[in-house]
Amino acid sequence: MGRRTRKLISGLVVLGVVGGAALWWLTKPAPRSASHWEGLGEPDLANGEQVFWAGGCVSCHAKPGAEGDARLVLSGGAPLKSPFGTFHAPNISPDETAGIGGWTLAEFGNAMTRGVGRNGEHLYPSFPYGSYARMTAKDVNDLWGFMKTLPKSAEVAPPHDLPFPYNMRMALGGWKLLFLTDKPRVRVDGSDPKLTRGQYLVEGPGHCGECHTPRNALGGFEPDQWLAGAPNPEGKGRIPNITPGSKSIGSWSASDIASYLETGFTPEFDSVGGSMVEVQKNMAKLTPAEREAIAAYLKAVPAL
Amino acid sequence: MKIRALMLAAALAGLGVTAVTAADEPQVVRQQAMKKVGAATGALAGIAKGEKPYDAEVVKASLTTISETMKTFPSHFPAGSETGHETEASPKIWENMDDFKAKAAKLDTDAATVLAQLPADQAAVGTALGGIGKDCGSCHESYRLKKD
Repeated sequence: MGRRTRKLISGLVVLGVVGGAALWWLTKPAPRSASHWEGLGEPDLANGEQVFWAGGCVSCHAKPGAEGDARLVLSGGAPLKSPFGTFHAPNISPDETAGIGGWTLAEFGNAMTRGVGRNGEHLYPSFPYGSYARMTAKDVNDLWGFMKTLPKSAEVAPPHDLPFPYNMRMALGGWKLLFLTDKPRVRVDGSDPKLTRGQYLVEGPGHCGECHTPRNALGGFEPDQWLAGAPNPEGKGRIPNITPGSKSIGSWSASDIASYLETGFTPEFDSVGGSMVEVQKNMAKLTPAEREAIAAYLKAVPAL
Repeated sequence: MKIRALMLAAALAGLGVTAVTAADEPQVVRQQAMKKVGAATGALAGIAKGEKPYDAEVVKASLTTISETMKTFPSHFPAGSETGHETEASPKIWENMDDFKAKAAKLDTDAATVLAQLPADQAAVGTALGGIGKDCGSCHESYRLKKD
């Protein structure tokens, strides 16, 4: 082996090690600083409940088929089909062993906003922390307080059913590096408190974009396609475009949208359907002002 | 020239034939049925919201329409009508026909029950509409697919 070849090889090895270290450092789970979750005081449970409904936790974490108050038992188990495999929502009831009752606020908050699990592992973005990342520490604290008041369940949800390579959690660091952001998705008039409130609700806790925005092959949102509609991950049909350019709801007024979220009826008195049924049940529990803010924002996003 | 005219005539005749038969296709019949239920629901909602004055006759007619339409609704889903005419029917209907029929029957019964004790004012219509709306949603949740 000539000197040049040896030099080249050792150079490549060094480069590999440095590159690997850099990649590891760039993609390792990144919780927020401890201070982010300190000094928040006693949670406001009434606000926590509003955040809970805005966040739609029950849609995935209630036991499949549960009705009425049974929906507040967040035992998990519902399957969420995706092109990457089937996810099963875990038990997030306050049970200390099966659920998350033993977690601290910081652990809960880092799961919610950074996709970092209690053991420091990456969580799958099927849990929409890519949206929840925008939530304020106060809302997370209030939500955590409210969730601790819910019934406990000792049931253990089935594990995710994912083929290789999607079963490798480490790779999720790369996904986060590429796609995880707490920046606004679109620009709206920041001087209008109704619009900024709507933006917070839709882009943050409401996580509307998770279904209504198309994704690329790696599971990140397509640029400039915010809320433009997407294939239904459950199979046939489509998740509709909800921008002002939509064929179906583009013609709705803001009050039509708010009324739909409250009652489940479209202006033509067709009714809500598909996975939106669960979402609408949650939206119905928000205050009228919150629904109006969501509607105002949806009328203000770019028409696609 | 002559051939073109002939083709045009044939195409127009074809269109005419489609237009005549389309109305009898089960996909179209059930879409019309849903529109009827939607219109009846809209009439109830107008009263519930206070946009229209309370009118016992309108309430009675609307509830009757919903109940009656539901009695025959599931019969408009014969084998072979799974696709076409921009149907939004989910394939799950044919996989779970019994459950689908049960859901239609529930709306029929619920509307008939309300009809038997006719809601006497705006607030009562609102309450009744809440129950009916749930029936709509619970069926559309599983059995309707939106195209866009």
